[in-house]
Amino acid sequence: MDFEDTPELADFRARVRSWLDANAVRRTDQLFMSMEGEEAFREAKAWYKAKADAGFACLSWPSEYGGAGLTSLHDVVWAQEVENYRTRDGYFVIGIGNCGPAIQHFSTEDVKRELLPRMASAEDVWCQLFSEPSAGSDVAGLRTRAERDGDNWKINGQKIWTSGAQYSDYGVVLTRTDPDVSKYRGLTLFMIDMRQPGVEVRPIKQMDGGQHFNEVYFQDAIIPDSYRLGEVGGGWTGALTVLMSERLAISGIQPTGFPQFLDLVRSLELNGEPIADDPIVRERLATWYSQYAGLQAANKRMITAVAKGGVAGAEASLGKLVGAVMNQEIANFCCQLFGPAGIVSDENLSPERGHFQHAVLFSPGVRLAGGTDEVMRNIIAEQVLGLPQEPRADKGMAFKDIPTGPS
Amino acid sequence: MNFEFSEEQQFIRDQARNFLAQECTTQTVRAVLDTEAAFDGDLWQKIVELGWTAMAIPEEHGGLGLGYLELCVIAEELGRALAPVPFSSSVYLATEAIKRWGSAEQQQQYLPGLASGELIGTLAHWDGLGGVSNGKHSGDNDGVRASDGKLSGCKWPVADGDSAHFAVTSARDESGELRLYILDLEQASVTRQVLPSVDPSRSQARLDFEGASAAALGDGTVGESELAQLLDSAAILLAFEQIGGCQAAMDSGIAYTRERYAFGRPVASFQAIKHKFADMFVALELARSNAYYGAWALSSDAPDLPLAAATARVSASDAFYLISKENIQAHGGMGFTWEFDCHLYYRRAQLLSAQVGTAPHWKDLVAQRLLHAA
Repeated sequence: MDFEDTPELADFRARVRSWLDANAVRRTDQLFMSMEGEEAFREAKAWYKAKADAGFACLSWPSEYGGAGLTSLHDVVWAQEVENYRTRDGYFVIGIGNCGPAIQHFSTEDVKRELLPRMASAEDVWCQLFSEPSAGSDVAGLRTRAERDGDNWKINGQKIWTSGAQYSDYGVVLTRTDPDVSKYRGLTLFMIDMRQPGVEVRPIKQMDGGQHFNEVYFQDAIIPDSYRLGEVGGGWTGALTVLMSERLAISGIQPTGFPQFLDLVRSLELNGEPIADDPIVRERLATWYSQYAGLQAANKRMITAVAKGGVAGAEASLGKLVGAVMNQEIANFCCQLFGPAGIVSDENLSPERGHFQHAVLFSPGVRLAGGTDEVMRNIIAEQVLGLPQEPRADKGMAFKDIPTGPS
Repeated sequence: MNFEFSEEQQFIRDQARNFLAQECTTQTVRAVLDTEAAFDGDLWQKIVELGWTAMAIPEEHGGLGLGYLELCVIAEELGRALAPVPFSSSVYLATEAIKRWGSAEQQQQYLPGLASGELIGTLAHWDGLGGVSNGKHSGDNDGVRASDGKLSGCKWPVADGDSAHFAVTSARDESGELRLYILDLEQASVTRQVLPSVDPSRSQARLDFEGASAAALGDGTVGESELAQLLDSAAILLAFEQIGGCQAAMDSGIAYTRERYAFGRPVASFQAIKHKFADMFVALELARSNAYYGAWALSSDAPDLPLAAATARVSASDAFYLISKENIQAHGGMGFTWEFDCHLYYRRAQLLSAQVGTAPHWKDLVAQRLLHAA
């Protein structure tokens, strides 16, 4: 066992560090980042373009697709270093992390060379269009139709919970092309140009008041057949590739709330005493730290497995599940700890500028997005532990015959 | 970076697993649980012959001169098999204390016998009720006093205290300092009393000393900080026993619920059961990952070893409790019978979380060490 870099990776790490020092702000120097609107988005694009120009974007992608032609271990080194800085990579994670791998796997050479370099430099922003109002955890139950129209496909229907659709130039969309076969076999995956008249994006106002997600409506939107990803009727396979990449992409950056909690315990006094001396606070600190440290160590084990040529499997669901739950529990604990003042979210009055009050309201969404807690548990139970599936009432049925309940 | 045991270490693990699958079934564990036996002498002898007691002892003292990583993989297998032997007391505690701080003469006197299994040692530290209360760590050993090389007072519980030949014992000297001593347990001024416990597959004793002769460990200055280091390394090794037990308990529950049918289908196909196992898996993976990090910290004497040890300990104790109790639940009524093995894991989870200090003690250490870290 060792945590040493190879000489080549050590050299790469040093280059990353010096570039980040020159081009990004250390977390310790800037506690918060204002996360608002168009201005933040423009800044993010400029930052990512600079990163791509310096050769640090999409490190493990082939250079003909805009990558650096390096390995997934270089990705890991980048992720470890960039964690110490405040950056705005969030807008591009879905495209580069989720869509990119599926496009590389399923698309034609011409299309890859046309679209991927612009994705890799953040000139184009991408979103992922899977969930629908009636297809959440049961995403294969989706109803957005794709119908052939000469060399094109015509898309009609509605997607929901699409992060970043308002900024996106393209999307990867999962559609139903055949309602007469069983639900998993009638799906087809496409790329879609989001900047066309048949696509309408409407923001969703979330329970916390924010507007991170969108509804997307398709009315006779057009997709050329060359933008199809994989076979007609083979969309589920492609979708699984995207979803697995998604879990990997978020497993390293899943918020846990722990670093903010540790900062709070180190700094806050209540009733004239440091909360760090309070036995209840110490007990919670130790329990959450042991989970947080466990996630970090589990991540190192996963990296080791990948470095040895293995694939990161469904174990990535673990980070999502643990982080999302901890995030909510920490937020609630802290608001309770503050006493009656815990409901006040004024950034000048509340510790950490109201972070915990905001987290109380936002954290329920984290437990749902990208696969609910329950879906994560099913994945672990079925794919890791090999337990049998729950019997399904729609098994073997043609999609059009599946009961949908009163509507 | 390579955060995995080496092929050689994994080979040792496979060998140990195969050996224990043959030689230490749950029937072996029950044979100790159901009788007055302190431990399984035959199994102990075979373990000694395989060299496990000698593993981390230097060659000049009759050992194999291997490292802590090898000991960690053995510990995991002993935990998986619920081995009813005094391995943790003798190897993680007594051997380590003498190896690290014993005088040259003490090392010469004890290490070869510990390596060959002729000598069994233990640690006598706690003295009655108490872990952490109101932020204070008790078990502060007002129970035993040392004066002129004689110890007086009482220690309980002492794991393997009824069968060990000697104990590394903590006591307060005349100036009130905590010091470690080596104490022959076979002398007349030591009274040993076997104590009933929640896990009779491992023995616990009360030791009363009435002017018992003891030699200071090493140069006589070995005290609080060395004891903390000893407990830290034992915590990591015990965490491996705990994750081994977790895996075995979880595996048994998965096998049972896959085969048992209710409402016309396997019990394991119900989400209420599947989600239980998913939560067990999560707890185990976190505990395993923390234990691995602890193993690395121990083997490389990393600066964050104390925090890593406490973290591994907290994580493993929480996981084994969760898994052993939910394994009973997943088994339903059969899980509550004497006949099924579920209670063996549940008992062992209780025992292992008590050895070298319970969860509140180690959680407070995590907080202390985390907050004092830069």
